[in-house]
Amino acid sequence: MLAYSAPSTVEEAVRILAGASGVAKVLSGGTDLMVQIRSGRTKPELIIDTKKIPGISGIRERDGAFVIGAATPGAVIGECEALKRAWPGIVEATNLIGSTQVQGRASLAGNLCNASPAADSVPALIAARATCVVAGANGQREVPVESIVTGPGRTSLKPDEFIIAFHLPKPPPRSADAYLRFIPRTEMDIAVVGAAVNVTLDQGGACTDARIVLGAVAPTAVLVPEAAIALIGRKLDETALAGLDRAARQACKPIDDKRGTIEYRTKVAGVMARRAAVIAYQRAGERR
Amino acid sequence: MSKHHVSTTINGEPTEFLCEPQLTLLDVLRDELRLTGSKEGCSSGDCGACSVTVDGRLVCSCLMLAVEAEGHAIETVEGLARGQDLHPLQRKFLEHAALQCGFCTPGVLVAAKALLDRNPDPTETEVRYWLAGNLCRCTGYDKIVRAVLDAAVELRAE
Repeated sequence: MLAYSAPSTVEEAVRILAGASGVAKVLSGGTDLMVQIRSGRTKPELIIDTKKIPGISGIRERDGAFVIGAATPGAVIGECEALKRAWPGIVEATNLIGSTQVQGRASLAGNLCNASPAADSVPALIAARATCVVAGANGQREVPVESIVTGPGRTSLKPDEFIIAFHLPKPPPRSADAYLRFIPRTEMDIAVVGAAVNVTLDQGGACTDARIVLGAVAPTAVLVPEAAIALIGRKLDETALAGLDRAARQACKPIDDKRGTIEYRTKVAGVMARRAAVIAYQRAGERR
Repeated sequence: MSKHHVSTTINGEPTEFLCEPQLTLLDVLRDELRLTGSKEGCSSGDCGACSVTVDGRLVCSCLMLAVEAEGHAIETVEGLARGQDLHPLQRKFLEHAALQCGFCTPGVLVAAKALLDRNPDPTETEVRYWLAGNLCRCTGYDKIVRAVLDAAVELRAE
């Protein structure tokens, strides 16, 4: 039988999680969890709703850096003009998740901890060097977003742990991010390939730093350092783009499924990485 | 089994109910409170037939536990009309014949109202994207989109 608990502090939530005897699930927006309960894929005995914890939902800006509460709905993220200016790629990735209705509830922590290889916000968060604050019985730790997902449906979080917030750094001058997703329609689908690019340029427009992350082409989102090497030190010329394309394709370890074959996903990963890089460069160039 | 006592506001009326923790807001709206306007289509957040707003935010009531409604304001399709006076959206849906079987209509109306509350002058593209989570298997959507745009014109003139 299912029990429901809505603790009002992080400490209380951790105590309940640590003391749970059976399967306990943390609830933020529930847009994945509720579907999995309905289908029988997960059978929790306890649901711990985090939304009564102060600060768990909402966005705070300090000196250009951002703290996004773990349960902040996508719709709220999409309405935050300061965040859109600083990290447009993260906002566009988050707002691609599901319908208007899903955006009304779906959260970054849920998208990450659901651990789907095709999660849209995850490549963009990793490209931005976002970290997450994990609360547990031993206190809090701050870890890179890429350390959380270990495989489809699996995370590195311990049974007594949950994510309470995401930290986004202040973007360096002349830097910007972008996220593109390929799906066979324009809305309401799961990524065949996702590509996030975050670049920093020098005064002359050459790339000094880059992070390229692919989604839906491996068991987890993949950071591709070789793709960054192809861009660094260059303007966005054909040599840089060809190197990026090649590195992106080489990083793919996709599956064959109804959304795309291995060959197709691999090819599209290169194309999406190129196009996202073009957008990120353009945005970075427009910034002082 | 222990039931939860939930205090909420539904269509402006303070409302209390008892529910088991596994019940969705849609279950309680329909089976407990007898507000059967919200429909159960897919139960997975894909079809939008169960759309309601929570504190003005559009959500699928099938993807929300009823206990989560504690302290929040819910609006359903039953809250659209004022007595016998239909909401302009409802009138425009009739005028444009923007429905056939009608199963998706309550969800579409609630979603469209949430759009017009935020954006009184949406483009056709904005209407189509906003309503992408409301599936209709009858109309082909054109009549729905025209009805929403026409209702927006009338609401702006008010």
